[in-house]
This record gives sequence, C-alpha cells and structure tokens, in this order.
Amino acid sequence: MSFLREILFDYTLRNVALGAAALGLASGALGAFAVLRRQSLLGDVVSHAALPGIVLAFILTGSKDTLVLVAGAFGAGWLGTTAVSTIRGRSRIPMDGALGIVLSVFFGIGLLLLTWVQGRPDAAQAGLDRFLFGQAAALVSRDVGIIAVLGAVSLAAVGVFWKEFKLLSFDPEFGATLGFPMGRVETLLTTVLVLAIVVGLQAVGVVLMASLVVAPAAAARQWTDGLGPMVLLSALFGALAGVAGAVTSASMPGLPTGPAIVLAATGLVALSILFAPCRGLAWERARRIRRHGRLRAEAVLADLFALYRQHGSLAHGHPAAVLEALRGDPRAVLPALAELEERGDARRLPDGTWALTGAGRDRAESLFAEPSGRGGAR
Amino acid sequence: MSLPPAVQVDDLTVAYREQPVLWDVDLEVPAGVLMAIVGPNGAGKSTLIKSILGLVEPAAGRVRIHGAPYAERRREVAYVPQRGSVDWDFPTSVLDVVMMGRYGELGWVRRPGAAERELAREALRKVDMEAFARRQIRQLSGGQQQRVFLARALVQSASVYLMDEPFQGVDATTERAIVRVLQELRSQGSTVVAVHHALQTVPEYFDQVTLLNVRRIASGPVGEVFTPANLRLTYGGLVPFGGPSVAPGGA
Repeated sequence: MSFLREILFDYTLRNVALGAAALGLASGALGAFAVLRRQSLLGDVVSHAALPGIVLAFILTGSKDTLVLVAGAFGAGWLGTTAVSTIRGRSRIPMDGALGIVLSVFFGIGLLLLTWVQGRPDAAQAGLDRFLFGQAAALVSRDVGIIAVLGAVSLAAVGVFWKEFKLLSFDPEFGATLGFPMGRVETLLTTVLVLAIVVGLQAVGVVLMASLVVAPAAAARQWTDGLGPMVLLSALFGALAGVAGAVTSASMPGLPTGPAIVLAATGLVALSILFAPCRGLAWERARRIRRHGRLRAEAVLADLFALYRQHGSLAHGHPAAVLEALRGDPRAVLPALAELEERGDARRLPDGTWALTGAGRDRAESLFAEPSGRGGAR
Repeated sequence: MSLPPAVQVDDLTVAYREQPVLWDVDLEVPAGVLMAIVGPNGAGKSTLIKSILGLVEPAAGRVRIHGAPYAERRREVAYVPQRGSVDWDFPTSVLDVVMMGRYGELGWVRRPGAAERELAREALRKVDMEAFARRQIRQLSGGQQQRVFLARALVQSASVYLMDEPFQGVDATTERAIVRVLQELRSQGSTVVAVHHALQTVPEYFDQVTLLNVRRIASGPVGEVFTPANLRLTYGGLVPFGGPSVAPGGA
C-alpha cells in the first residue's frame, strides 16, 4: 500500500510510472502487428538504428532537448526500415540478412559517434549514454508529456486504420486486389511503429527496447483468439511491464531500466505461455495426462471385459494382480481401476477383487465387441 | 456487335529473374463461362491469375476486364487465393475474414457494420459454413478454409471470379459445395476462371479450358480443345493419371 502511495505522490516515481505506462501502451499495441506480421526483429532494428540519429541530432544542434533527440531517433529509425526494404527489393539477400546488416551497421555508426562525442571536451554530452540501456528515473514531466502525446498519436493511427492494418497483416495480396495501396499501408504501419519505439528509447534504451515490442504481443497472443483483444491486451501488458520495470529501476540506484523492463516482460511471457487457457503449456500437459489416463482406463476396461467373457458372470471378481499381469505397465492398473470405478464402469467387490458393472459391460461391448466372423473370446 | 470478353489477355509475358514464366500468352474468356486453367507444375497458372489481378508485374502484355483496363474494373473482379497463402493461426474469426471481402466497397477507414455482417452470413450460408461464423479460423479443416475464402469472394458481388486451385486437397463435401457455387455463379451470368489440377473433373465442372505450359497450348470449349493430343503437348507426354483416355466427353 505504501508503495502505491509513493507512486501516486512521489513526483519522480509518478513521472516514471506515467511515462513507462504510456510508452508501454504504444509499443505493446504496435508490437502486436509486428509479431503477427512475423517482423518481430524489425523492432530491434528500429531501436538500434535510432542511436546514430540521437547522437547526430545532439552534434548538429548541441541541444539535449528530448524532442530534438526523439526527432533524430525517428529519422534514423525510419531510415533503417527503409534500408531494410531497399536491400530486400534490390538484392537477393533474404529478410533476416537485411535486418542483421542494417541493425549492426546503424548501431556501429551510432556507437562510433557516441564514443567520439564523449571524448570531446565540452561536458554537455554527459547523459547521452543513457540511451543505451535506458534511465527511466531521469524522466521529467516534459518528457512524460512528449511520450504521452506521441504515444497517443501512434495509438490513434491504429484506431483509425484498424481495418487496413488488419488486412495488411492477414492477407496483403488480397488487400491489393481490393484496391488498397498495400505498400503505402505498410509504410504507414512501419512509420507508426517507429514512432512508438523512439518515444521509449530514453527510458528503456536502444539495446533492449525491442523486448517491449515483442514480449507483450507474444504474451497477449496466448490469451485470446481475436485481433482486437490481442492488441488491447498487448498494450496493457506493455504498460504493466513498463511500469514494473521503470519503478523497480527508479527505486534501485544504478539499476538501468531496460534490463528491469525485460525481466518484467519476460515474466509475463513465461506466465502466459505456461498458464493461458487453450494455448498454455500447463493446461496442455494436464489435458495430455487426462487423455492418457482415459486411454489407460479403456485398456483395463478391455481386460476386464475379456475376463468377464471367459467367466460369464458380473459377480465374479478378479484380483488387481491378474490385471497387472495382463498390462505392460503394472503401475498403471490401480489408477485406471480407480477411474473406472469413478465412472461407474467397474466396482470393487467385498473381497477386494474387481468386476465390471452392468453399465461397464454395456460400454465395453459397444467399444470392443467384434462383429461375428473373427470370433470373440468365447 | 457482341459483348467484350469478361477477361482478355494479350501478349502477356512474365519473367522472374530472366526466366520466362509466361511467354506471349493470349487468353479470351467469354462472359458467363466457367473456365479451367490446367497445366503441369511451374506452367505459370498462378502467375497468370496474379498478372490479371496486377499482383505480378508483367514484362509485356495487356489485360482487359469487360473491355476496360483492370484498374477501372477492379470492383468487378473477385480473387480466391490459394488457401496456403495466409497464416491460419491469425487471431480472427470466420465471419471477420469473410467481411474482408467488403473492405474494397467500404474504402479507407470506414468500418464494416451490420449490413456487411449480414452479407457475410449470407455468403457463409451459400457454402454451408454459417454454423462456423464465430469460430477461430485455426479450428477449420482445409476444405472449410477453402469455403471461407470462397465466401469472402462472394461478398464482393463481382462478375468475374479468379480462383487459384479452389479444389486443391479439399474433402468431398467442400468439392460439392464449390461446384454448386460455381454453377450458381454461372447461372447469374458471372464468369469464373479457376486453376485446376484434377484433369478427370474438367469436363464435368467446366465449360471451357485453357491448357498452359509457359505458352498457351490451347484454349476454348472443353469438347474441342481438351484432347489427348493437346494434353500431350501440355504435359510433354507425361500425362498424369485420369488424363487423356477419358478426355473428350468426360466420364
């Protein structure tokens, strides 16, 4: 409770939380489209490619104003995506190759510029390196305002062009036959994605920003089968991971924000992959065990049925040891008998032996009785 | 003066990296017929469909729909792509996919509403898929996916339907549903051009056929051009099962 009060009333923490929530919403929502279009790595390319833009903007203007640096990041990030599609269109280099080339070249140039600018005598460059791993604690309310406005612009674009973005993500060729200029729709979506990414760089850092694009979407996909719910959930997960990471980092001096956010986002992904209904691995495993148990029970039912046909009486019980001898896996027999008893297909006689019930016999007959010709057990 | 053909292709040549995929192809599809396009793998069948739709940039050639360039007649042309061309794990429902067929009419930004939903349901009814409207598309069988794509084309209320392998790997129920829809379309005066693989069903399902292997080998009414000689020319002597012996007249 006191922690919550701190977030609400402590100026720094409130800024940090608000800013992280806003940038998490935007990158989460746009990330859903990137993941569905199998372009998760594009987020990584954009954030790394933004670094030279940030440093150049500082070198050219001498200003460390957030808006100036974000503009530089936007320009370089956008140039990076254009470089990727140019390489794709003009050469035979496959997509992953193009992404790798652009990411490393742009990031390399960025590091070069950053090192150079840090070696200069004027001390004004101090703080640019926070763009590497992010420093949410440094957010002031003006930064939060910028993040909120630009984040809202990118979210609004998703709302307005919802139908076009859906078409682009599901079946772009069909979209082209409907008359939509899909190339332009793609440029629009990419531009908005770049915007959502660059507003987060100061707080999260270029190195790990991609995790806020990919992880919330990957987690959200586990919980829903609708595009609308997925984008909404992805945005909420992004905000949650952003706030959790940023607040943790702001309250622990020296802990950079990027890694803290990655940990939070990874936790969300792990929980979702394990426990989401339908797709969750835990439920899948439970279903498999149940299926397995049912099959095992069916096998023991068949054995009991065969024994019944030999003896011809439902009152004649058989010791579990006999059934265990019939099965390859004797340990499976007792649980199977328990399941059959629960279903009312078998019963335990007073002397501890097992026999079919009337219902169990009827069910076994319908399941296993062979049509005359191959002859039964008789 | 007679009506212009529903689809007219002149001198179409398409090349991928200097390798010609289609070479100087002429094609004339009269309005109101069902035409099959057959040919071996790599014959350029899908490329022909995509070139007509402007999805593939031809090296040369001209496409006309009802006598006008495709760009002017886009609204009259519906496309049923190969069902393997999309990710069926995409988070969306059957009804939603079918409504995409209305997006062209809606234009930019406007969202589909009750009218679009009703049209989509009606189209699903025509392909016996209405009960699946709310299903997530991942839960569909291959044949059901194909019927969803067909329904999506039906809501476009076009007059020319271009289909890429609509019968590929579908179950008997789906095959019957598609054939019924094709006949319905023809009775409304619509034109269908479909890439087709099963030679034995060509005479039964289609009025006209184009035999294609990079070049156009033959094109016209099934009874005239679907001959053992033409099939041998198309498939280079290796006619797949069910081909020439049953060819003219059909089973």
